[in-house]
Amino acid sequence: MIASSFAIPDVVTFVVAAALVIFGAIGVITVKNPVHSAISLIGTLIGVAIAFIEQDAQFLAAVQVIVYAGAIVVLFLFVIMFLGVDRREDVSMEPLVHQRSWAAATVALTVASVIALMAKSHWATGAHRVTGNPGSGNTNVAHIGTTIFTTYLYAFEITAGLLIIAVVGAVVLARRSNQIAEENA
Amino acid sequence: MSLPIGWYLTLAAVLFGIGAFGLLTRRSALIMFMCIELMLNAVNLTFVTFSRAFSDIGGQAAVFFVMVVAAAEVTVGLGIVVSVFRRRQSTSVDELSELKG
Repeated sequence: MIASSFAIPDVVTFVVAAALVIFGAIGVITVKNPVHSAISLIGTLIGVAIAFIEQDAQFLAAVQVIVYAGAIVVLFLFVIMFLGVDRREDVSMEPLVHQRSWAAATVALTVASVIALMAKSHWATGAHRVTGNPGSGNTNVAHIGTTIFTTYLYAFEITAGLLIIAVVGAVVLARRSNQIAEENA
Repeated sequence: MSLPIGWYLTLAAVLFGIGAFGLLTRRSALIMFMCIELMLNAVNLTFVTFSRAFSDIGGQAAVFFVMVVAAAEVTVGLGIVVSVFRRRQSTSVDELSELKG
């Protein structure tokens, strides 16, 4: 019934992406081994990338696969292996009484409220932009590049500073315990 | 292209909920970081969906900046996790309770 009103390839692509996203996310929070959680995270990220492509955001889909699934998950795996914390965590223990059911109830209520509010307001209200259609004329990459280097130029330059600060901060955090160890020795 | 945006927004809301639930219930700092990534991805999906709905590239530019900030956040966060692990031999956040009143 649903498939009859939309193009079948679109529906199939969406269902595959949604299944990857949901099962990957459930895997991240239920699996005991952190390494398996990271692998499940890749599934979610690939699913989101598929949803990006389906919505004409090709550049972001490529960045999603390269930066997220490539770099960030590898960084996670590197830290997991480096620390040797790939042993299983006891996920059944609850430090607070009924912690899990309270969390589930709160999250379910919030998500249901958000979906209900969005559906009530026809999902999106606001003015459509007359210029700058992401899918018209230029390719998506040229379009997003033009926008970032004109409208969002200052924000883009600030991200350069943010990345430098993050790198320096990570180096300082990783070095400090070495210096303490040398002082103690 | 022709699918209604409600499908994507619902998917993003469910993904955000799963990430929030994991963040509230798991105790390993590494898993909690992964749950934050899930929530950031849900928001990114919402941005891209609204970008398509309003034919506005600004949503995709916002996702670009969210990805940069997420990369910086993971770098610093994992640095903190490594630093904490060296001192306590554990990544469980329940053991970081010195400030508990």
